Amino acid sequence: MTIPEIIGLVSIAVALPFFLSGTVGMLRFPDIFTRLHALTKADNVGLGFLILGLCLQANDWFIVIKLVLIWVLVLIASSASCHLVARRALMKGIRPWTAQ
Amino acid sequence: MDSAMTIILTGFDLLLSATLLWLAWQLLRSTDIFKAIIFFICFGLLMAIAWVRMHAPDVALAEAAIGAGLTGPLFLAALRKMERKQKKERRFDPEEKRDNPDKRWQVRSREASPLMWIVAALTLCFAGLLIRTVWIIPRPLPGLAQQTAAHLGASGVDNAVTAVLLNFRGYDTMLEVMVLLLGAITIWSITHAPFPPRLPDTSPVQKSAVRLLLPLICLTGGYLVWQGAYQTGGAFQGGAVLSAALVLLLISDFLWLPDMHSLPLRMGMVLGPLVFLSMAVLGIITENALLRFPPEQAGAFLLFLEAACAISIGLSLAAFFAGGRPASDLREKPYQTDQPDTEKEGS
Repeated sequence: MTIPEIIGLVSIAVALPFFLSGTVGMLRFPDIFTRLHALTKADNVGLGFLILGLCLQANDWFIVIKLVLIWVLVLIASSASCHLVARRALMKGIRPWTAQ
Repeated sequence: MDSAMTIILTGFDLLLSATLLWLAWQLLRSTDIFKAIIFFICFGLLMAIAWVRMHAPDVALAEAAIGAGLTGPLFLAALRKMERKQKKERRFDPEEKRDNPDKRWQVRSREASPLMWIVAALTLCFAGLLIRTVWIIPRPLPGLAQQTAAHLGASGVDNAVTAVLLNFRGYDTMLEVMVLLLGAITIWSITHAPFPPRLPDTSPVQKSAVRLLLPLICLTGGYLVWQGAYQTGGAFQGGAVLSAALVLLLISDFLWLPDMHSLPLRMGMVLGPLVFLSMAVLGIITENALLRFPPEQAGAFLLFLEAACAISIGLSLAAFFAGGRPASDLREKPYQTDQPDTEKEGS
């Protein structure tokens, strides 16, 4: 195993807790805004680490470019859709949750 | 290493199948339509993964793009219209009780009716018959894969799926494209699109995201059509991606859209079926058979055909979503019940 591959594996391992916490957050958090927050964290950072790990293991620059493009596209799509859901919820009059 | 991989994949397959069944059940028993639609979209996405696992990437792409990507928004649009008619919103309701005990009880009492039991028994019988049929299919499967592979050279493309869809069984595909056109015609004759479905104001984030993504989506659609000749892809997948771009345009409330003249739309929608028909006639004249292409130019013919079909499919699917013809296209006033709801959203 070469050093980039090991760094890649570590990076993928780092990504997994983000997805786990994102999922747990979406299931357990009290209201729509906090859930969105948990979900987009998994998308942005977790997927970033995952893509980084996969890039380090790829043996072709073309694949690296494709992977990074996927990450950028997911970033745009997830942040925009998260914003839209939150905005709509605010317009519907849903108040953000506060600890009593 | 190999056996470990097999075990992991088998576990994944089992998990996937179980999740699909669970989603299907949740989808059917959900009393909240919005929830059911979300389950349907999730079902489509997981189904696409299942198709990938069955080594059918073409079907997976179509399922993801049409089954989950486009049918979901179609249902959502329909639900929105229903809600407008009933003046009742059931989404994002902070007061909604997730597990209304009354509702549950009603559902359960309905489940116990004799009709339910009869239907359940019939379904079980049918399932048993299906299982038996699968059981007695001779193995190895008597598929047509070998014949397809043997004649692939004459089709003009390297992708077996595209070869079957457009060349060997072009007749079926022609009718499918016609059915889409027929659907669009029907919708256009019934009603006009509720333009402008004005939200109070569209988010600037949405507009810039759509502006940013739109060229990329068009590029991807075109790429899918192009690569259909030798890889996974083709007119249906490319068309679905194009229609996704149009749907994004529709919901982003761009000002020029409602004022658009319908002639280019009509031309685009008819293009695919028209090209298909003229090729069919051409085949009769030159090759003495319906939809038969000269083998030397078959590749070019098929690419042209696919591009035309993709445009038609994209426009027709987007027309389904818009739910009618452009309002500027009407010669007479639309029915009163069809009037766009001017009531302010979120009030």
